[in-house]
Amino acid sequence: MDAILLQILNGLDKGGAYALIALGLTLVFGTLGVVNFAHGALFMIGAFCAVTLQKLLTLSTKVKDESITFFDAYKEVPILSAKFPVVGPIIVDLAVPLAILVAIPVMWIIGLVMERGLIRHFYKRAHADQILVTFGLAIIAQEVVRHYFGANPIPQLAPAVVSGSANVGSWFGLGDNVVYPWWRLIYLAFAGIIIASVFAFLQFTTFGMVVRAGMQDREMVGMLGINIQKRFATVFGIATVCAGLAGVMYTPILPPDYHMGMDFLVLSFVVVVVGGMGSLGGAVLAGFLLGILQSFASMNEVKSIIPGIDQIIIYLVAVVVLLVRPRGLMGRKGVMED
Amino acid sequence: MSKKTGPTSDWSRRDVLKASAATAAISGAPMFFSRNAYGADFLNNPGDASTVTLGFNVPQSGAYADEGADELRAYKLAVKHLNGEGDGGMMNTMQPSELKGNGILGKKVEYVTGDTQTKSDAARASAKRMIEKDKAVMITGGSSSGVAIAVQGLCQEAGIIFMAGLTHSNDTTGKDKKANGFRHFFNAYMSGAALGPVLEKAYGNERNAYHLTADYTWGYTTHDSVKNTTEGLGWNTAQNVLTPVGAGDFSQYITPVLNSGADTLILNHYGKDMINSLTQAVQFGLRDKQVNGKDFVVIVPLYSRLMAQGAGDAVKGIYGSTNWHWSLQDEGSQAFVKSFGQEYGFPPSQAAHTCYVQTLLYADACERAGTFEPCEVVKSLEGHKFDGMGNGPTEYRAEDHQCFKDVLVVRGAENPTSQFDLLEVVEVTPRAQVEYAPDHEMFAGGDLGTCNNGA
Repeated sequence: MDAILLQILNGLDKGGAYALIALGLTLVFGTLGVVNFAHGALFMIGAFCAVTLQKLLTLSTKVKDESITFFDAYKEVPILSAKFPVVGPIIVDLAVPLAILVAIPVMWIIGLVMERGLIRHFYKRAHADQILVTFGLAIIAQEVVRHYFGANPIPQLAPAVVSGSANVGSWFGLGDNVVYPWWRLIYLAFAGIIIASVFAFLQFTTFGMVVRAGMQDREMVGMLGINIQKRFATVFGIATVCAGLAGVMYTPILPPDYHMGMDFLVLSFVVVVVGGMGSLGGAVLAGFLLGILQSFASMNEVKSIIPGIDQIIIYLVAVVVLLVRPRGLMGRKGVMED
Repeated sequence: MSKKTGPTSDWSRRDVLKASAATAAISGAPMFFSRNAYGADFLNNPGDASTVTLGFNVPQSGAYADEGADELRAYKLAVKHLNGEGDGGMMNTMQPSELKGNGILGKKVEYVTGDTQTKSDAARASAKRMIEKDKAVMITGGSSSGVAIAVQGLCQEAGIIFMAGLTHSNDTTGKDKKANGFRHFFNAYMSGAALGPVLEKAYGNERNAYHLTADYTWGYTTHDSVKNTTEGLGWNTAQNVLTPVGAGDFSQYITPVLNSGADTLILNHYGKDMINSLTQAVQFGLRDKQVNGKDFVVIVPLYSRLMAQGAGDAVKGIYGSTNWHWSLQDEGSQAFVKSFGQEYGFPPSQAAHTCYVQTLLYADACERAGTFEPCEVVKSLEGHKFDGMGNGPTEYRAEDHQCFKDVLVVRGAENPTSQFDLLEVVEVTPRAQVEYAPDHEMFAGGDLGTCNNGA
């Protein structure tokens, strides 16, 4: 039971990231009809918002290290912590949560610039063209980050107060063996809140209603005198912010590098396809489902029966789902079928 | 009129003597006038050029990029010293040594670099480019045994010397050994042999160990070697789980440990994989656990200062082994640390040390052979005994081209006294304790073959 609970938590944790990325991906596809291969890069750029903020907060001066006598060694003393010995270290410790505040406007602007400057010119072009241009954009973003931050992963620490583990077992009346890192639990809750907010926004606001109507029939909404294109640009911004925030919060779990977006992109596309192209609920459901399946497939008991299953389970499930339900779990008729 | 009878000749005794002298002079001339004269035919013979090129093939990206960066720093420092710049570092302490600080065989040393990306195919492509385009006479580098073995094979086929950098798999000088390849770094068997007595003293004879192992040659041989040692102590091996290199998130591999009944986690990981897996193991509360009435412990068979730096407080009290450590007090180590520290502002890692030493050893072998011809260099290195390079008396065993020397057992420092004081040397294990026969079962199956000079 303990092992099952831990694997479910692992799956939800991974699934949270998949779902957040896939949500934005399918939102853009459902509204704009654009297959955005740069979406993984947006996840990566979000992560590097956190890295940049941490670097700014820890800008240092070099001071001679007197403890080293046989060569001239220098210690890096963070300026902020030196000037504000009490508040400075606290701010540095909170770099990742603070990066959320930075990432929201940054990602919003990136999203709008991307949509207005490039993507809108490809609305009526073939999906192959969209894939080529967005994939090219992703590679450019990747190489820019590689140029400025290097190729190596850059570790980010969660705030000290949540760096330990929670005794999850005691919450469910199980033993002490079920412990889970606080930050991963926070990530899971965060993913849930963002997903719920996006759904609530689309479900309970006039703006959301128009967008949903546009997703059903773009031309009809346009004929009613509503500038649907402008609203779709906002949707692109929301999708970009979702991907960016997913990236920021993931940094203490996985040290970010320039390639992390591409690693998640492939899995997220599988998630979108399994969930059903253009289905927001399907993307979220498939994200968590595939995360949990991947987690269970990595159990030793499972791998002893089918070696290597943890590496292929997601693709295997995708094949089976598409054979049984060709439009995915919650896909609609007519999407990408013309 | 007299008539010559019997065999006749126009050659006088003086003519014969003159001809003999001339023949001797002609045959001796190449060696006398040009030290490279053997060398008319071998791959990338620098001939009369005033420079010679070495190829430094290291990971500049991927899971082992930190080690690669430090390796490159060491290579550049070695080149500087070989060309007579800087303070000379270990060239002042190396015994015996033919190095004069005027390059190698009077030729200024130049170098080219490549990024292995910690991938065998990229590493081979990079090494091939260095050999074919840049005309490198020697390739060196490492940080992944899979990569080192792949590049060693390429160098053997091409006819170039390969001086391995950081590679710890038994296979590099075991089943995949090659006549053109040489390894100064220690190996997984030696780690196991050195760690055994220390682990027994620290943790006793009743432990239940869970292994997480990198899924490639180094991981396999490290697991086998450590398992062999710990089971010899009476420990049980609960499980061995293979993990992909560069997995990043190890949570799915760590959570099963919590309920496995194991009281010891052995991380057969290196570089960033070790940093991530150890950090995540600590996040999952493993080090705070008590199992079977014992404190849960973590062991890292192959340690480095760079990894300790990346993992931060998580390394405190954790045992492992290392090839060399900057805090050693022998003359050679101190000379190297001083030189490296002045150049870069921090002490060298074990990866840097082995790469620096390999470059000097190659240069010295060329000087002793009087040529860059690979097979002469091989002869010069085989069975070569030296000292003053930081590991005590060392020997390049001719049978497998593996260096034999003392091995260090280290532990994460509980109370560091400086920013670099992250590991403390617990024991210097003497060479005799880590030595094995060339046909030992963990190294069996390979054939050194014959040297190839690429002609």
